[in-house]
Amino acid sequence: MLTRLANPARFMRLSGALVLPLAVAAAVVLAIGLYLALFVAPPDYQQGETVKIMFVHVPAAWMALLVYFVVAVASGVALVWKHPLAEIAAQQAAPLGAAFTLVCLVTGSLWGRPMWGTWWAWDARMTSVLVLFFLYLGYIALVNAFDDMGRGSRAGSVLALVGVVNLPIIKFSVDWWNTLHQSESVFRAGGPTIDPSMLWPLLIMAVGYLLLFQTLLLVRMRAALNERKARALRLAAPQRRIAPPAAAAPHAAMKALR
Amino acid sequence: MRPYLGLFRRELLLAFRQGGEIGLALGFFVLAVVLFPLGVGPEAEMLRRIGPGIIWVAALLAAVLSLDRLFAADYADGGLDLLALSAMPLEGAAVAKCAAHWVTTGLPITLVSPFLGLLVDMDWYSISILIIGLLLGTPALSLLGGIAAALTLGARRPGVLTSLIVLPLYLPVLIFGAGAVEAGIAGGGARAHLLLLGALSLAALPLAPWATAAALRQALD
Repeated sequence: MLTRLANPARFMRLSGALVLPLAVAAAVVLAIGLYLALFVAPPDYQQGETVKIMFVHVPAAWMALLVYFVVAVASGVALVWKHPLAEIAAQQAAPLGAAFTLVCLVTGSLWGRPMWGTWWAWDARMTSVLVLFFLYLGYIALVNAFDDMGRGSRAGSVLALVGVVNLPIIKFSVDWWNTLHQSESVFRAGGPTIDPSMLWPLLIMAVGYLLLFQTLLLVRMRAALNERKARALRLAAPQRRIAPPAAAAPHAAMKALR
Repeated sequence: MRPYLGLFRRELLLAFRQGGEIGLALGFFVLAVVLFPLGVGPEAEMLRRIGPGIIWVAALLAAVLSLDRLFAADYADGGLDLLALSAMPLEGAAVAKCAAHWVTTGLPITLVSPFLGLLVDMDWYSISILIIGLLLGTPALSLLGGIAAALTLGARRPGVLTSLIVLPLYLPVLIFGAGAVEAGIAGGGARAHLLLLGALSLAALPLAPWATAAALRQALD
């Protein structure tokens, strides 16, 4: 299936049909999720209403990790199979991942102030997520640092794969170090320990974030492909002006020779 | 074995004869460590607590600043193309170059660190953990730095870009290296940190040259 989508024109047709439904689905799911999170889920017995930041913070953290995984896989596909759209996917997903990471860090900081009394703590998970943010920034900087775009894409692919070792460190950091941050409540052996009244809004918000990411990624990839097409046309334009249309050229050349 | 030793010897000769390569990295290392007591004040108690961290951070920065001479000169004058065309695998060339980088950067840093430990009023036990930690961790710095140096060949502003790319990769080395000294002072838990430092270097030994060679091949395309 990946090879069928390798044709940029086919991808443009398919993604063009998908963007609006995905956007609508994202809006609907996020609206439902926010309603459930803000009005239906109960306040925490200890934290009161501030626990509702969790419904924005935790899905953003999940997306930050997932998008880096997407960038790494797309980079791997680009390096190994030289799939033409894989590099574009990786480069367009990276700023989205950086944005999710920033949302996670900022909302976490806003949540930490009332809950822990501090804007920031240097525990393992927060440090690893901050490092993930810098990995995103490094990737974006590297891809844009070359005059030759192809070189930048290829270098970025290698960097994305090298940085992917950071993902397991984040995932298990709260098991390896005894830290201030809450240990795993959802993705752990033995099932989630969080109450269903909070779990369902959380999962619905996560699905909404995922649909949002897919919508934005498709929009950005389409924009990137259009940009490449526009650049190619702009570069070819002077040659089309100098050389007259093909039908007239042989005739004009013959006249010039005579 | 002869090609690797030959390349290693060439890198060492270039570093020694081009005058001051080792001295520059060392000078920056010492200067960076000296800046901190001037900035935070000379109180011995506080310096003893932050000393290991300062020395490790300065070692990291000295390693990062010396990365630009790893591949850039050969890339500019065509030596890298010859290396790629030779029978020696590019991964092996990367190991040889990173080993020479370690001998000219990591090893001098490790040897000078006890004197800097005295500057920040560390006791001999802490200094011994510091030395072992630097010995185990600086090879990882050279190997991981090779990846970043290879990725930024031909980029605009390679120096700053290399720092931005490589410092997140260096963070585990820093955490375990400085953590080893802290754990040693607190009560004998340094062994775990040092073992992990050694593990990082050993894991980087086969993996980092692989990534470096991939990056070099892309740079030479």
